[in-house]
Amino acid sequence: MAATNNSIAIATVDLSKRFNHVTALDRLTLSVARGQIFGLLGPNGAGKSTTIKILTTLLEASSGRATVAGFDVAAEPIEVRRRIGYVPQLLSADGALTATENLTLSARLYGLHGARLKTRVHEALAFAGLDTVAHKLVRTFSGGMIRRLEVAQATLHTPEILFLDEPTIGLDPVARRTVWERLQQLRHSQGMTILITTHDMEEADVLCDELAILHQGRLAVIGQPDALKAQVGPQADLADVFAHFSGAVIEQEGYYRGIRQSRGTIQRLG
Amino acid sequence: MLAWLYESAAVTDAEVRKLRRDPTELLSRAVQPVLWLAVFGQVFSHVRGIPTGSLRYLDYMAPGILAQSILFSAIFYGIAIIWERDLGIVHKLLVTPARRSALVFGKAVAAGLRGLVQAAVVYLVAIALHVAIRWEPLPMVTVAAAVFVGSCIFSTFSLVIACIVKTRERFMGIGQLLTMPLFFASNAIYPLDIMPDWLRAIAAFNPLTYLVDALRGAMIVGGHSVYGDATSFGIMLLVFLLLLALAAKLYPGLAR
Repeated sequence: MAATNNSIAIATVDLSKRFNHVTALDRLTLSVARGQIFGLLGPNGAGKSTTIKILTTLLEASSGRATVAGFDVAAEPIEVRRRIGYVPQLLSADGALTATENLTLSARLYGLHGARLKTRVHEALAFAGLDTVAHKLVRTFSGGMIRRLEVAQATLHTPEILFLDEPTIGLDPVARRTVWERLQQLRHSQGMTILITTHDMEEADVLCDELAILHQGRLAVIGQPDALKAQVGPQADLADVFAHFSGAVIEQEGYYRGIRQSRGTIQRLG
Repeated sequence: MLAWLYESAAVTDAEVRKLRRDPTELLSRAVQPVLWLAVFGQVFSHVRGIPTGSLRYLDYMAPGILAQSILFSAIFYGIAIIWERDLGIVHKLLVTPARRSALVFGKAVAAGLRGLVQAAVVYLVAIALHVAIRWEPLPMVTVAAAVFVGSCIFSTFSLVIACIVKTRERFMGIGQLLTMPLFFASNAIYPLDIMPDWLRAIAAFNPLTYLVDALRGAMIVGGHSVYGDATSFGIMLLVFLLLLALAAKLYPGLAR
């Protein structure tokens, strides 16, 4: 099914996900315009990762509908996968392989071969700033280098849409900024649509054209960062917006597996 | 089909590179067959308590120990899959357009290649203990094919278990629970003839029985296959295809 509206990269209508008796995502309806950097914010357990997993075809929705790049995620998952890149919150680069080997594996699984594969791998190494360490094992890399490699891996096949789940969690400020620069570069040079989930208000402010705040699986608010701040008050920043719309007692939110995952990622990033 | 093979080869290539960098597992896995052949085999050769016809007991059990070594190594392959899940590597593989069956098959082939290296280690031990090994090309190819398919079967079985239990702790428990019954309910260290009927009936459904049977017919001088290569390989391939289909179905569940 081809997209009827070419200006929309991602659209969800009443998207819901239930795990036994727990509703992780409750009738989410939103759309993301092509070329946007769109942020999904919310406390742990708000439904961000569930949303991203449904949109990347890793998880089936219980009800509702989602289209990515014009294709239905449930009915046409292969078409969706051809057009997206995904950087999970967990560190997905294989530490037992070199940077080149990680990239080559991804390139092959995206169907690249021959001269095109070699060219794209070289370009990806240059993009990630890893040319000089291309043949070193990834387990020797810093957290920032791994994240840059993962972004390069996820964009080898020049996808239309890139999904990133907490891309800078656990990174130091310098590494964080380097990742942001790469994302902005992708948007400007390739017109890529980027959807990120984040806890980091500075990241959301610097990167995102539009934000949606989820709370307990529901869409609390959606809008441009400046407009959202204005809704809350004249001096409000995004942290105030977050607290205002997410119902706010953030320190009481979360769930065991999500927190364990986040801590695990931070620990691996050193 | 070509695209499917290309995707499988990509996964196999990555797995083999990892294995080449860390051969310690192969060496540690060699300890068990050494103990079985050098201790258990030598002692039972003298006891002559198990009827093995004209074959020395050590010769009789060598194919069984090779099969056991393949089983014990491949059955814990799922641990690596759960580790990959915990690291997010599975998620990354599953968002690519690569076919799920190709991802699973690529891993099975890598396990098959690892099995061949392991077989070489068991052969070295067997040579040291003067096991009467057949060195003609056809039996050698038959042994290699049996080891390869056997490794594919048990590694894919392991992947299926990993997809169901999803945690390392549970997997270790189930892995331990499965290996010894699979081993003892087979013809690895005693013939089918001396088993009670109920055990022989279970052994007939155990793929390890057919692996041992094919190995016993090809690996040692004077050994013979009860079922014949066509039946043993036919059943092993069928089991592998069924497990492959099941694993391809369950593998995406690891990312949920």
